[in-house]
Amino acid sequence: MNVLAYLIPISLGLGGLGLLAFFWMMKNNQYDDPDGQANRILSDRYDDSPEDEA
Amino acid sequence: MAENPSIAVCPACVSIPSELIGSAGEAKSDRSRRIELSLPTIHCAACISGVETGLNRLPEIEGARVNLTRKRVSITVKDIPGIESYLIDLLTSWGYPAKELDSAALDQEMVDKVGRDLLARVAVSGFAMMNVMLLSVAVWSGAEDATRDMMHWISAAIALPTVAFAGMPFYKNAWTALRVWRLNMDVPISLALILASGVSLAETMESGRHAYFDAALSLTFFLLLGRYLDHRTRVVARSAAVELAALEVHRAERINADGSRETVPMDALREGDLVGVAPGARVPVDGVVTEGGSELDPSMLTGETMPEPVGPGASVIAGMLNLTGPLVVRAEGLGEDTLLQQITRLVESAEASKNRYTSLAEKAAQVYAPLVHILSALAFLFWGFYSGDWRLATNIAAAVLIITCPCALGLAVPAVLTAASGRLFHNGVLLKEGIALERLAEVDTVVFDKTGTLTTGKPVLTNGPELSADVMAVAIAMAQGSAHPLSKAIQEFGAEQGLTPAVLEDIIEEPGMGTRATLNGQEVRLGRAIWCGVESHDVTETASWLRIGGDTPVALLFEDKLRPEIPETIRALQAEGTVVQLLSGDAKAPVKALADKLGIEVWVAEATPSSKVEKLEELAQEGRTVLMVGDGLNDAAALAGAHVSMSPASAVDASRTSADLILVGDDLFEVVKSLRLARIAKRRILENFIIAAVYNVIAVPIALMGFATPLIAALAMSGSSITVSLNAMRLGRKS
Repeated sequence: MNVLAYLIPISLGLGGLGLLAFFWMMKNNQYDDPDGQANRILSDRYDDSPEDEA
Repeated sequence: MAENPSIAVCPACVSIPSELIGSAGEAKSDRSRRIELSLPTIHCAACISGVETGLNRLPEIEGARVNLTRKRVSITVKDIPGIESYLIDLLTSWGYPAKELDSAALDQEMVDKVGRDLLARVAVSGFAMMNVMLLSVAVWSGAEDATRDMMHWISAAIALPTVAFAGMPFYKNAWTALRVWRLNMDVPISLALILASGVSLAETMESGRHAYFDAALSLTFFLLLGRYLDHRTRVVARSAAVELAALEVHRAERINADGSRETVPMDALREGDLVGVAPGARVPVDGVVTEGGSELDPSMLTGETMPEPVGPGASVIAGMLNLTGPLVVRAEGLGEDTLLQQITRLVESAEASKNRYTSLAEKAAQVYAPLVHILSALAFLFWGFYSGDWRLATNIAAAVLIITCPCALGLAVPAVLTAASGRLFHNGVLLKEGIALERLAEVDTVVFDKTGTLTTGKPVLTNGPELSADVMAVAIAMAQGSAHPLSKAIQEFGAEQGLTPAVLEDIIEEPGMGTRATLNGQEVRLGRAIWCGVESHDVTETASWLRIGGDTPVALLFEDKLRPEIPETIRALQAEGTVVQLLSGDAKAPVKALADKLGIEVWVAEATPSSKVEKLEELAQEGRTVLMVGDGLNDAAALAGAHVSMSPASAVDASRTSADLILVGDDLFEVVKSLRLARIAKRRILENFIIAAVYNVIAVPIALMGFATPLIAALAMSGSSITVSLNAMRLGRKS
């Protein structure tokens, strides 16, 4: 059962990372144009370098 | 969305010919500004890159970015006069019809702070719920003693701060209601959350077996999700409404004292200013004509299709369409008696007299909240006195509250409304508020306006085939020089029939009267009856007269063109048992003709804005629930007063503001589809209530008897929430 002592903190930590990532995405307006993001990924324009935010 | 258009089917986006990409000339200014254009037809990856690469290639443009969700492009551009119309023409030539959005109106659209706040709370409670659920699995599968206590303590450490933070919207609402001695849905929710957390904490301290942390968290999560969906629906509708308002860029051409003409925003106009109105434009202000002569089309205001001749001294009303000649109008007082003011007063009184509608969710809460509290209190008292163990009694009371808590009820309505409004949006219908959908489901009578709603407001020539080829040849030749809608109808008829125009000389258009020309030395006139020397006649339709030399003038008859989908729409409505009526401001003859043609039995002609409202009140008193569909300024009050109302996107501002639903796609058959969808949506909501009730009927006796464990609570809650959401989502797929 001692394995729990570090498995629980690890799992909570990973979950927490996900939560932080979500907050970061929200702050960066990544939820403003969900349809656009879904379609932009199909274009090969940005394959070599990321696009500039206009 | 089930049949979202795939990328392959997009003819407009295949490629953009590079030669079309020109240049607007030398950049004259270094300052830059931002323009927002609405692009209603963009829908795929190729559209995005087409518009963005095309625009970014232009030297004047510093940056362009498409927002596909809002169907807009935001352009940073050098400040060159007239750049907007240049860009609009350019985009239109690429196959993307564009419209300018008024940036002032869009600025009022704030960043959605409430939505982000809710989303953050959803995320936190979702994270906490999943982790605590995992820990609870250990307890359910038989962890005991120290292990169980440890799991409970970790759960408490995650759950208590989360419930305090994420549940805040519920506590606030519950407190507002309790302060004025009322109950709302948030009171049992808050009580359940607080009691569940408190009881579980006490149990944990005592090394007890049952802790409801997972239940408290999943409750918070599902309820917040419902709130968030509800909020999204409203935000999408509101921003769409703002966008519609922003589509109308209010500008006028002011004539300054030195005779120069300047385009200014509407609110820069003062009383007494002179305003130029070009043919084809709408009169921007109420006022008096000082120069020029023309015909004005009042159909947007009154529903009448007959153009009205005006000359110096005639008073004109904002919104009339100038047909033939240029006019100069002096802006008049914005006093009490302008037509718009009268309509606004009518709209206000119609809104005030409308019954307050109790939504299904409110009705459910009114029954539900007291019932839950009474049940839980009874369980507490019964077990307290029966067993003498008040800790057990508190536990059971908490279990009853948690299990009955309106988790599924909280999702029942918002999940359906989100699915339904998404479906409507996909079909080109904007729902301004969720309640309108419930109202729409109750409709048994549809009342249509005529001009601009059933008809396109565009005339067509009806007696062309009866006239001789020679007469038609002359008429077509006369019509070619004019932008008047009747002339255009003649030209169209000529083009359809492949007729060759006669050869005429000296064609002169006399604004407000007609056209004059010379044919083989004879004078030919086409236009109003008086212009052609007709003193009296018995023609009731819209007519134009043609006189060749000294011959008897011939009448060319026109009728307002019906939208092609209308006959099918009316038939479908009547087949479904809905009563269809016609309520028009136009003259008797054209209204009757149209009603007969469409098989509409009840019709009213020559209706004024106030008589339209009275007619709807009469129908309401007969016990009918009416859907009003209209577009003109004269319909605004009727739209506000009807049980529920719909307006095409081409409608005037006031009508769009009054209407509950807006047809962006301009396809009237959507009326039928929306009615069907609303009825299905209402059925889904009721089904969801039944599902939630069934879960309660099964789980509540278990809880009352004291057999409820945290596992049962978690199963009942997740089970009902998921069933309810899935049931709602079926709506998104079926049409």
